[in-house]
Amino acid sequence: MKIENSLALFNKIASDPYDYIKTLKEKTNKKIIGSTCTYTPEEIVLAAGAHPFRISGQAQNLSAADAHIQAYGCSMVRCMLEDGLSGDLNFLDGVVFPHSCDSIQRLSDIWRLNIPSLHFDILLPVKLDSQLSQNYFAKVIKRFKSDIEEALDTSISDKDISEAIHLMNQIRTALGQLYTLRAANPALIKGADMAAIVKASMVMDKEELLVELNKLITLLSKIEKKNDARKRILISGSICSHPDIYQIIENKDAVVVWDDLCSGSRYFEGLISETENPYIAISERFTNRFVCPAKHIRADFQLDNMKRLIADHRIEAVLFIFVKFCEPFSFDYPDIKNELEKMNMPYLMVEMDQHNRIDEQLRTRIDTLLEIMQF
Amino acid sequence: MAERLKATKEMKRIMRRYYAQAKYAHYMGKKVAWITSGGPVEPLIAMNIIPVYPENHGAMLGASKKGGQLSEFAEGLGYSPDVCSYVKDDIASTITKESPIKGGLPQPDMLICSNNICGTVLKWYEIQARNFNVPLFIYDTPFVHTEFTEEAKEYIKEQTKEYILFLEKVMGRKFNYKKMDKVGRYSLQSMKLWKEILDTAAHKPSPMTAFDAFFHLALIVTLRGKKIVLRYYKTLLKELQERNTKNIGAVDNEKYRLLWDNLPIWFRMRWLSDKFANHQAALVADTYTQAWCGVIDYIDENDFLGTMGEAYTRIHLNVGVDQMADTIKDFIRKFDVDGLVMHSNRSCKPYSFGQYDIQNLIKDMDIPVLMIEADMTDDRKFSESQVEARIDAFMEVIKEKKRTK
Repeated sequence: MKIENSLALFNKIASDPYDYIKTLKEKTNKKIIGSTCTYTPEEIVLAAGAHPFRISGQAQNLSAADAHIQAYGCSMVRCMLEDGLSGDLNFLDGVVFPHSCDSIQRLSDIWRLNIPSLHFDILLPVKLDSQLSQNYFAKVIKRFKSDIEEALDTSISDKDISEAIHLMNQIRTALGQLYTLRAANPALIKGADMAAIVKASMVMDKEELLVELNKLITLLSKIEKKNDARKRILISGSICSHPDIYQIIENKDAVVVWDDLCSGSRYFEGLISETENPYIAISERFTNRFVCPAKHIRADFQLDNMKRLIADHRIEAVLFIFVKFCEPFSFDYPDIKNELEKMNMPYLMVEMDQHNRIDEQLRTRIDTLLEIMQF
Repeated sequence: MAERLKATKEMKRIMRRYYAQAKYAHYMGKKVAWITSGGPVEPLIAMNIIPVYPENHGAMLGASKKGGQLSEFAEGLGYSPDVCSYVKDDIASTITKESPIKGGLPQPDMLICSNNICGTVLKWYEIQARNFNVPLFIYDTPFVHTEFTEEAKEYIKEQTKEYILFLEKVMGRKFNYKKMDKVGRYSLQSMKLWKEILDTAAHKPSPMTAFDAFFHLALIVTLRGKKIVLRYYKTLLKELQERNTKNIGAVDNEKYRLLWDNLPIWFRMRWLSDKFANHQAALVADTYTQAWCGVIDYIDENDFLGTMGEAYTRIHLNVGVDQMADTIKDFIRKFDVDGLVMHSNRSCKPYSFGQYDIQNLIKDMDIPVLMIEADMTDDRKFSESQVEARIDAFMEVIKEKKRTK
């Protein structure tokens, strides 16, 4: 198998995830459980014999969603809702809403009232800084297990959960390996391909995914490292659904080597202990990985995390990509940018609507950042 | 137009005194805690800590028409134009000291944040914890979409203990449970009185409007748990009851009764009040000020500490859209309203998202609904001519409906 074939597979799934899921459902007859945020404990869904997949919101135009959420709602939430209301997600058997931001919180209510499907609210703690909240977190995961058991009329054994944890740990390890390989040798594969791999990972059958990831790692491991003088960029934000951005950067003698995205490293960061109580272990992973800004762990966590990512991956510039109207990420930005200024680290912040195309203005802004860096 | 409520003068005096005390707290050896509007303030009062509310300050900044200007300043620092203006006003005021309170709010010694009103406060208090380098406690209230789970109940109960340990550590002394018992009783009595005050508006004509409630709310927000609130609200209640006995309405010849949803548009209170009054319409109730008395039934006066957590978790903004719609239906019946005015508030997503669905859920009440898109303090997001035209059209519909009834 060639690298190109492997990448073509991931790209195909990433560009039409719903089509993949429909085929998967026909083939396997598995229940399909959509999720709206990376705080979904996919292990529990897998242990229930169902298939977890991340709803990305594919809608290009909004009409039905406008009747439920005002225009100042973020496009991620509005696009997901549009897909739900328009029937594009009719293949779903249920949807999981982990408590993260205010918008997803209300999306859950609106979904429950308008779209018939199984509905799971996971009432996560917002603070992850105490033993008390950690205990609560584990109980919430356990409740999700009972809820899904009841809804799908199944029973989940400890062995089912252990196997699911083991599988997800292998997937996370593989994705981490790919990121590390590429960070050391960015010429291995294009940034857009790497983004497609992560996106497809949130969609694909997990057994198939693991096989495909390992195949690709084997192929890429054989390639010798090339000298790469391109500037090393970090992308930070919630989701980046524009593969073109990676290309714009690569056209300017720079390359995205790491990210701090929910549609990127936040999906595979951290492993789950396979020896501990599974509910505690799952909750600990969510606390120990890079927490999203909608959760609290320490007041200065996001600032420290940014500095650590810069050091770990020898970053030379930071590109913040925010979904317009997203509060949690945008509130941290001013203080993080001040830190970057103290470090003389070039940065740029762009706000995007998920369904917008990349326009010339955005292209020019990114070009300018990269040109400045060449001096 | 009926005369202004006489009690108002006293209320202003109490608030002036409160802010003066807060300003000089440090000179008197007292500690200041900044706390969110839905936060558990009673343990602070029991510990003799002075609570200060940046949201109340935000309302003051909005009412003094500084919201747009301060938000713009914060946007210059990198904050987004699309996020909560209370946060931006507070951050800007911390730097510029621009405020109706001379020199701005007193600096905090600690920050107490409860996410029962939104997730935004979490970010806001993290920013200020970095800025002031003071300890931050988060009182985490799991959202009640449909049920308040057993584990959430236990979590919140245990957090009350965690909160007290936090206060003991910051203050370096033991918690005063005896005083807490008294403070808890005062707090519950204040909430009950506040409810009685708001309920006087069920009378026709209504002795007060939501605009009065927005103003008098400051005490139940900032000083609940203090005896002075009881004294003041008793006076206010008496005055309102007297008006009801004499059939004195807050709006002359009240003909139409309306319900308000969401936070006030602080910088346009007078204008909106006059606008509706010109149509002989009184905003007799609102969902916002009711939030400070909507959960009384969950509190046991003999065990305030043990029961406050559930009450704080079940407040109007921390429950599902369908429960919010049920509350609105109750108000429509109780206050016999002819129309609903919804403020679609760009600053407050958890309050505003779901308003369209609430409209669908209350369809059986058969009352017209007006949606005004604005912001609680940012006057740059308010279009007077548009709002005026919409209010006029809405009132025409209501008048027509009433004529044909």
